[in-house]
Amino acid sequence: MFAPVALYFIIFAYVPMAGIVVAFKEYNYRGGIFGSPWIGFENFKFFFGSGKAVQVTVNTLLYNVVFLAAYSFFSILVAILISEMTGRWFKKVSQTILFLPYFISWVTVSAFVYNIFNFEYGLVNTFLKSIGSEPINIYSNPSWWYFILPLFYIWKWVGFGSVLYLATISGIDQECYEAATIDGANAFQKIWYVTLPLIRPTIVILVLLGVGRIMRGEFDMFYQLIGNNGFLMDATDIIDTLVFRSLVGSQDFGMASAAGLYQSVLCFVILMVVNAFVRRYDESQALF
Amino acid sequence: MIKRTSDFYALNAIAYLVVGILAVLAVFPFLVLTVNSFASEHEIINEGYKFWPKEFSSGAYDMIFKNPQRIIRVYELTIFITVVGTAVSLFLSSMAAFVLSRKELRYRNALAFFLYFTQLFNGGLVPYYLLLSRNLHLSNSILVLLLVPMFSVMNILIMRNYMANSIPAAILESATIDGLTEPGCYARIVLPLSTPVLASIGLFTALGYWNDWWTPMMFIQKEALYPLQYTLYQLLASVNFSAQMVNNAPTVNLPKETLKLAMTVVATGPIILVYPFVQRYFVKGITMGAVKG
Repeated sequence: MFAPVALYFIIFAYVPMAGIVVAFKEYNYRGGIFGSPWIGFENFKFFFGSGKAVQVTVNTLLYNVVFLAAYSFFSILVAILISEMTGRWFKKVSQTILFLPYFISWVTVSAFVYNIFNFEYGLVNTFLKSIGSEPINIYSNPSWWYFILPLFYIWKWVGFGSVLYLATISGIDQECYEAATIDGANAFQKIWYVTLPLIRPTIVILVLLGVGRIMRGEFDMFYQLIGNNGFLMDATDIIDTLVFRSLVGSQDFGMASAAGLYQSVLCFVILMVVNAFVRRYDESQALF
Repeated sequence: MIKRTSDFYALNAIAYLVVGILAVLAVFPFLVLTVNSFASEHEIINEGYKFWPKEFSSGAYDMIFKNPQRIIRVYELTIFITVVGTAVSLFLSSMAAFVLSRKELRYRNALAFFLYFTQLFNGGLVPYYLLLSRNLHLSNSILVLLLVPMFSVMNILIMRNYMANSIPAAILESATIDGLTEPGCYARIVLPLSTPVLASIGLFTALGYWNDWWTPMMFIQKEALYPLQYTLYQLLASVNFSAQMVNNAPTVNLPKETLKLAMTVVATGPIILVYPFVQRYFVKGITMGAVKG
């Protein structure tokens, strides 16, 4: 009864794992993954020598650090505020609305971005023109994307994240709050001295898990919102988009497989380190 | 009864304000896009998109629904993939989860790790792509659309936790004594008792299939096999493709700006209509995943 799933993961996960040897080969169609000639570390020399490696690593790391910080902050904020609300109807409706973007594909989100930021007809530029300002060309100026990307990341994920934290908050024993009230704590002090310390384990675990994924980019978002825009390439190229572009676009299997293996190994090492930390913090939450 | 003092009201005011603003920001793009899909094309060309256009027109929608065969076919394909994929995925995943949940099985932890390891390390995109397209020749087949998003290790482990913790071992024990085989236990006891987790995981899987544009982008070149999200992607990327979608030669007076938005509404609308009814299953699913067993 376990066989179909086992077979699937052997074919779709373990065979490709063996296929990482392709990073040390000069791939050709006739030889395939296992029959192509070996070329040692040539692909890696090229990847690291081109300067791309440093650039995409820094980009991936920086974006993910900003995403993780912003996502955690807003998820916790929203979860706490929703739990404090007294109006049932408003609570329910706002939660429903905040969770909605989770259901929408990044393709649809790219239509939103187009609608709002497009140079010729976008909402922002229509507004700027109507007040007499110069229109801005967001698609050729990387600095805007340092805000737009985290903004849409939060937009998409904050509903999901707040559900996670809300589950922990609703598990807090009401007696803690009653005791704090008797001791004279006001509503804000109760958040600071009761809620936050009690959800701290969840925060630590979720942030650590996020750190474990820090070298994995949100490929869907970067690809859909930016695509192959040359102006924005340097500022928004992450490992995943580089691998994809080298593989599908320029058919540069050497570069793609070297960058891909570099990412896989880096992810694995980071996960091991993170797991060691989680284990030290709370053994029952360790990944393995 | 807790006395309601000024700090209580202050906090509630802040909560309503902050969450209210965030909620407005969350729906804002949906509203703007829907409203603008009804704007008249020449107003957009002359003045650009606005919060509230002066002239309304259903031109783009008329064009889409004049020749709806293509869109209906895309919908049929996507619904087929979603339904069949989710059904197969749920059936096989729950069987695997059942096996992993049986405490009688000696190697269950090794089997679980066999699955879990694929989450820790993977071969990356290149070997995966080459294997599927060159060795298994899955490109341009409906099979690849079904197989790629089929299983998720996390979902299987969530199901296992649910089965191991919520179904008393004594029930299975007594059933075995009464002569029920393992597949019998699965089909007649575990499956009916696991409906809450099956509903949640099934909906997550279905959403994955419905929103999948990555698989067709990687493996499908044949237009007849483009599912909904990838069709929308193509359409946003090229105007000629959108002209084709509505069975029209690209003409000068094609409402290309509103057509993009209208197609987004047509492609996204159904999921937003279904959303309020299934939301609670997703919330439950997230909570189940968060509680590690």
